[in-house]
Amino acid sequence: MRYIELMGFGPTGWGLLLLRATGMTVAVSTVAFLLGSVLGALIAWGRTEGNRGLQLAAEAYTIVLRGIPDLLVIYLLYFGGSAAMTAIGRALGAEGFVGVNAFASGAIAVGAISGAYQGEVFRGAFAAIAEGELEAGRAVGMSRRLLFRRIIVPQTLRFAIPGLGNVWQLALKESALISVVGLTEILRQAQVGAGSTRQPFAFFITAAMLYLLLTSVSGWGFRRAEAAAMRGVRRA
Amino acid sequence: MKALTCFAAAAAVLLLVGSGASAQTKDWSTIKIATEGAYKPWNFTDPSGKLVGFEVDLAEDLCKRMKAKCEIVAQAFDGVIPALNAGKFDAIMAGMNITEKRKEAIIFTQPYGRTPSTFAVLKSSPLAKLPEQGKVYSLNPEGLAAAQKSLDGLKPMLKGKVIGVQTSTAQANFLEQYFKDVIEIRQYKTTEQHDLDLLAGRVDGVFASMSYLKGVVEENKDLTLSGPRYGGGALGFGVAVGLRKTDPDLQAKFDAAVGAAIADGTVAKLSTKWFGFDITPQH
Amino acid sequence: MDLDFLGKTFVQLLGGVPLLVQLAAFSIAAGAMLAIALALMRLSGNAPLDAVARGYVFVFRGTPLLVQIFLIYYGLGQFPAIRESFLWPFLRQPYWCALLALTLNTAAYSSEIIRSGILSVPFGQIEAARACGMSRALVFRRIIVPQGLRVALPAYGNEIILMTRATALASVITLMEVTGIASKIISETFRAVEVFVCAGAIYLLINFAISRGVAWLERRLSPQVAEAPAGTAIPKLAR
Repeated sequence: MRYIELMGFGPTGWGLLLLRATGMTVAVSTVAFLLGSVLGALIAWGRTEGNRGLQLAAEAYTIVLRGIPDLLVIYLLYFGGSAAMTAIGRALGAEGFVGVNAFASGAIAVGAISGAYQGEVFRGAFAAIAEGELEAGRAVGMSRRLLFRRIIVPQTLRFAIPGLGNVWQLALKESALISVVGLTEILRQAQVGAGSTRQPFAFFITAAMLYLLLTSVSGWGFRRAEAAAMRGVRRA
Repeated sequence: MKALTCFAAAAAVLLLVGSGASAQTKDWSTIKIATEGAYKPWNFTDPSGKLVGFEVDLAEDLCKRMKAKCEIVAQAFDGVIPALNAGKFDAIMAGMNITEKRKEAIIFTQPYGRTPSTFAVLKSSPLAKLPEQGKVYSLNPEGLAAAQKSLDGLKPMLKGKVIGVQTSTAQANFLEQYFKDVIEIRQYKTTEQHDLDLLAGRVDGVFASMSYLKGVVEENKDLTLSGPRYGGGALGFGVAVGLRKTDPDLQAKFDAAVGAAIADGTVAKLSTKWFGFDITPQH
Repeated sequence: MDLDFLGKTFVQLLGGVPLLVQLAAFSIAAGAMLAIALALMRLSGNAPLDAVARGYVFVFRGTPLLVQIFLIYYGLGQFPAIRESFLWPFLRQPYWCALLALTLNTAAYSSEIIRSGILSVPFGQIEAARACGMSRALVFRRIIVPQGLRVALPAYGNEIILMTRATALASVITLMEVTGIASKIISETFRAVEVFVCAGAIYLLINFAISRGVAWLERRLSPQVAEAPAGTAIPKLAR
């Protein structure tokens, strides 16, 4: 079957399915990235301003999640996550099993990994803020909350954008691994198509192009965001 | 304050994600059944993404008999038993044979299908001429001696060859038990993957169930079945519904439904529709 | 906690470590060579070469490694033209396919790291070296490489760790490295969480050893830039 027919939107075409799978990829990557941002912020905070115990915990988290293959994290959270959720559910009085579907466990897994990376990005971005600004803020009598809201967060975000752009692309690519636990995102859909039609090259090339599209659009978006955020800042 | 907003955000995201969670009920009015979705014609995915196949139809029939609402989900075969025990779903209908090893981890209903397993090779391969083409042997205790002789007869031709098989299957077990030091066994995540490699010449042959291979050699003129066919023993006692050990009540319900479906000929009808022949186990 | 089972599993999984190390080491080495070539192409000033290198990096950094592995293993195996070529004895084996995919992938990332390392050398030094009559090759060898290496090392160490993690994906094309053996054990014992925890521990140990090694190398190369004692507040300049 010709490539156009295979990927098109006709009765034997897989185009619609692949598009839906692309939507799923974006969805799971977005949820994972947001989760990772929350985690990353917590970790960065723990490592810079926490007590020794928190620092160690945050460091350990980062080392473990950056040291194990993403595939293992996804498998562990898929099989182990249900056991954990069931235990929590039983403690809260629910009977039977609490299932965590592939989307949730995949998003949590990628989010956990992303959190480790985003922690590093936020830490570095925070460190880039001039100490003098923080001193001045405190000298003028800003409360810690105000300092955080008006000085730290805006500037941390500004310096974090290039790193976050990178981490977002990582999340997009890691979503491909969630195919192993059955989520129908781009790679899984490509595998189903390849197995069914025995034309693996066509499907995997299409999958590659879809990912390229997503990463290049994201890259362009983040470059625009960086330009906007860095308006007026003198660069070395 | 920072901690508070962080926790609030985390809770919000967890709620979003946790909405994907669902608690199962004990009265079995809703049952989640897992299948593979890549094992034609037992269960596979059609171009529109829907799960179809013999087991999908049979599952719907069984659920009607059990007066339950069924949800059928896809799950990779090599993780299906741990996932069942972790509570991701309540039953497995994925072309899974009853084997002693699996019975240590889960329980089964009575079987609803039984076919032997054999080799498939390229027509151009020297393995296409394996002896005793099509002869059926049982690996159950009564037939084991004859089967062992047949297996030994295959070893000279198979020596050093690479045979592909799906991981976690009774067929993989069979190869490990009887041909471990004779061939190189390559384990694949799906049967479709080892077919691709067979066509590409990466493996010299594949070993799978007749019910699956029949369709494959019909679709691919370059492939042919070869050698004798084996069943029973290490290859299992038939395909059945897999359930958790902690759910004997669900097992009883399924068992009754399967028995009824076999008795009134539904299984025979469905299997002729999907396989072209009747796979109901003959007791 | 079934310590007996965990112990047995751990020993079984260790059997996959040689393959893991082979895949990682060879792909990093070959990838480094390709990466240097790509970096030089991008810095050559030659527009077509630059475009080719940029295209390569764009494609291999923009697609997941798993897709690349599937494309090379199943995708290429589909074509009779490839099956009859001289490449087939290699592409026929999952080992070489995995090695190829890992090499091509790491080369894309490494080339950017090497490029930034080369660019970090102050131009004044290169000017001075050329003024002294050093040939381009000599400048590269004596001025650029030692200093660029120092800058590139932390990022490259990271890349090495990422590569050892990436070898886990070789298990999806039937290779029996640590993750592959773990999957096999699970298919026999059905105890997923325990086996994967063991496998994770092995990867952690390996990566710990690697990061210690890279840190030692960093200290050897830059003894004058040792880290300030903890607690010293150093004002940072705004970016």
